[in-house]
Amino acid sequence: MAEKTSLHPAQLDYEKQKRKEEMKQQVITFALMIIFTIIAFSMVIAELNKLFVIPVIFVLAAVQVGFQLYYFMHMSHKGHEMPAFMLYGGVFAAFLTILALAALVWW
Amino acid sequence: MSEHDVLNPKQMPLNPEKATLEGKNKFIGFWFFLGGETVLFASLFGTYLALNGSTNGGSSSQELFGLELVFIMTMLLLTSSLTSVYAMYHMKNNEFKKMQIWLGITVALGIGFLCFEIYEFYHYIHHYEFTMRSSAFGSAFYTLVGFHGGHVVFGLSWIIALMIRNAKRGLNLYNAPKFYIASLYWHFIDVVWVFIFTVVYLMGVL
Repeated sequence: MAEKTSLHPAQLDYEKQKRKEEMKQQVITFALMIIFTIIAFSMVIAELNKLFVIPVIFVLAAVQVGFQLYYFMHMSHKGHEMPAFMLYGGVFAAFLTILALAALVWW
Repeated sequence: MSEHDVLNPKQMPLNPEKATLEGKNKFIGFWFFLGGETVLFASLFGTYLALNGSTNGGSSSQELFGLELVFIMTMLLLTSSLTSVYAMYHMKNNEFKKMQIWLGITVALGIGFLCFEIYEFYHYIHHYEFTMRSSAFGSAFYTLVGFHGGHVVFGLSWIIALMIRNAKRGLNLYNAPKFYIASLYWHFIDVVWVFIFTVVYLMGVL
């Protein structure tokens, strides 16, 4: 993560161009997230079979959150090993929490 | 790096949010906090899933929830997530004014979301007498969704405070990490909302 304090102008231009490209990808990601949301809402409004709809909207939500984390929150960039570890640690504990509460109710 | 260089960088590094030790520490520490927040929200989601059938003779989720309002709220929050990406894009290009403008749009969208949420709660309380105390379902609903709304309030106050405090300072290596961390928090609010609209509202009307 060591950064050089001064950069060559050509490299600055290159980096700026790279960020611009990335911003375009972000907008595409955003469009996909909107589409996923619309699919999820319309499936519920269409009153399809519950056992089919619930898993599908969960998958759509998970993918959308993945987009949010990896693109909007830049987890796809280098130097995010520790954040990934923290977050997945949290997700693991979250999974156990929900599992335990659901199991208690089911019992 | 001396304090003078941090406040008056001759040239912005590629990742100003992680150029100083303080910035790096904030970055790691904040992700650690987000991991903890994940667990916290999971306990509220778990509680909601356990109690959402216990209506105590009052309105059920099918009677209460309308998807139109939730759809508008989702679009507002999702768009505000994109606008804060734009703000961070301009931060990395060292364009302070543009960053402030995009943060301003983010705040406006966030306030829009909050107004809809307040209207929603008001509607439930006055037309359905569905309150925090009316049933276990009510307690779980208001705790989960209200806690998320509280995060929105906090996130908005945070971003507004940063914008005002740094309005005349411009971007430097001291405040760049602050803006970056606040935008991460804002994205996380949207992450939680994705699960709220799926678990609470979409599954609630099914």
